[in-house]
Amino acid sequence: MPHVLTRSLDRSATIFLAVVAAAGILIPLSNLLLPAGSMFQVPTYLVALFGKYVCYAILALSIDLIWGYCGILSLGHGAFFALGGYAMGMYLMRQIGSRGVYGNPILPDFMVFLNYPELPWYWYGFDMFWFAAVMVLLVPGLLAFCFGWLAFRSRVTGVYLSIITQAMTYALLLAFFRNDFGFGGNNGLTDFKDILGFNVQADGTRAALFLLSCLALIIAFLICRAVVTSKLGKVLIAVRDAESRTRFLGYRVESYKLFVFTLSACMAGVAGALYVPQVGIINPGEFAPGNSIEAVIWVAVGGRGTLIGAALGAVVVNYAKTVFTSGPLAPYWLFMLGALFILVTLLLPKGIIGTFNAWWEPWKAQRISTNAESAALEDGVSVSKPNPAE
Amino acid sequence: MNAKETRTTSALLYLDGVHVSFDGFHAINNLSLTLEPGEMRAIIGPNGAGKTTMMDIITGKTKPDEGEVLFDGITDLTRLDETRIAELGIGRKFQKPTVFESQTIQDNLLLALNVDHSVRGTLFWRETRDESERIERVLETIRLKDARHKLAGSLSHGQKQWLEIGMLLAQDPKLLLVDEPVAGMTDVETHQTAELLKEINKDKTIMVVEHDMTFVRELGVKVTCLHEGTVLAEGTIDQVSSNERVIEVYLGR
Repeated sequence: MPHVLTRSLDRSATIFLAVVAAAGILIPLSNLLLPAGSMFQVPTYLVALFGKYVCYAILALSIDLIWGYCGILSLGHGAFFALGGYAMGMYLMRQIGSRGVYGNPILPDFMVFLNYPELPWYWYGFDMFWFAAVMVLLVPGLLAFCFGWLAFRSRVTGVYLSIITQAMTYALLLAFFRNDFGFGGNNGLTDFKDILGFNVQADGTRAALFLLSCLALIIAFLICRAVVTSKLGKVLIAVRDAESRTRFLGYRVESYKLFVFTLSACMAGVAGALYVPQVGIINPGEFAPGNSIEAVIWVAVGGRGTLIGAALGAVVVNYAKTVFTSGPLAPYWLFMLGALFILVTLLLPKGIIGTFNAWWEPWKAQRISTNAESAALEDGVSVSKPNPAE
Repeated sequence: MNAKETRTTSALLYLDGVHVSFDGFHAINNLSLTLEPGEMRAIIGPNGAGKTTMMDIITGKTKPDEGEVLFDGITDLTRLDETRIAELGIGRKFQKPTVFESQTIQDNLLLALNVDHSVRGTLFWRETRDESERIERVLETIRLKDARHKLAGSLSHGQKQWLEIGMLLAQDPKLLLVDEPVAGMTDVETHQTAELLKEINKDKTIMVVEHDMTFVRELGVKVTCLHEGTVLAEGTIDQVSSNERVIEVYLGR
């Protein structure tokens, strides 16, 4: 495996990972160790807020992997995020036990309220964390696999694929809104108490969840980098740029799309699972088609096909959203988001990172070549390298 | 499963009585054509004669309504998809050069190599000495050795045509289908391309579609003239170009 690491970690990737790791360690430390009110103390509400951003960054990475590198524009990725969230939410609901309003040791409150005679079979096992953790990966992964198998084999591409992904998340939205679907209907799942025996509201738990989210972002980023820097990554780009050409070279394009789509859905599921305990609720609103589109905008703003840009875009746009929706400009946020998307498309088609790279790379290349020239001049002509065989 | 019990023809490629129509337009009409192993064949014909459609049929992009298409005497190509046909050893160069523009020349060739094309194989792929040597040889043949780290999108039109031929070579197919290789090339490049194809023909079967008569003459191979989806004339370039009906079709009389 060492060659995979060296291949995946170029300079900017290393800087990105260092920043995420530093944030993941310093923010919880400052929150827990420094006295409240100190200038450098990060208040708990901010830790939770930042944790939410990190989860969005993982979702953005998963979208960038399929859109930026394979040209699959999914406008329904919020569905995989929400499914992962629901799997975690179900675990958290079962942890409430008899502390609910109705005090039923088995049934969550909404089931008592809706006169469920017993726990539906699909809630079995969610009292165990490991089972829920497996489901967080399995449910979005399986849905993506089935959906992708049908869509990619029938060669549904481009805007048609985008439209059916929208339809998919919308169908799930309607299903989850139903009370008899068994997931709390309109209200979703909330009033969580414990996660693995720790109080979800406690500062320590929040700090740990933030650290875990950063860790998940690091792992997701490393997986994406390992994929895109492999030969498989080159095939993905080939599919993105000239799909039928790739087929004529003897690649089974649908298998590649299916692989990367399923991987991406699993990553989105993990992001959703980390998101739910930090925001304290999951409801069908997460399936709203608008959410998925918003996530695509984060990637476009940060720079598609750069991975780092996707994560950065998610944080920047969501920070802007937090700022603007809490002020007098709140009613206009959606207009601003739309304007932002149009402006980025017109003025920064490569996004923040893409534009930065376009400006920075030539300068760096020039600097390296001048360095090499001056070094060659200093060394003189006869540069004899030591032979390793000697 | 897709193979017949016994070999019925010695030809590498065998088309018999092929029909294709698109919404009532007969693009290919009772087309029969055979290509012997090791042969190079030039296909000419006016626009709309069905040259590209014929290539689409051979490579699995279009399914014929009727007729037989056999590869190597035993494999029925009409039942296979593009990927399977490519795996069998039929490579194609498109009319419009189609290279992977955002990747380097070396990576274009690497993608074309006929090695393990499975998802798992590419995910855990590591370059072998054999592969890099093959890429090296192709780079040499297509004269792009110094440009190997350049993006394919930055190449000139003629160089892209060559890169695509190079990708065909890396694919190492038994049969090369080459659609208009010298379109947009200078005279010198056209000449070099003819030399290159002759060189490749030493151990591969080639079918080349081209409008440029100087080029076809330079190849000096058997020529088939298509018209309205069927074979109009076949023979040497001199025989074909003196054929009354061919002249009629080309001059539109």
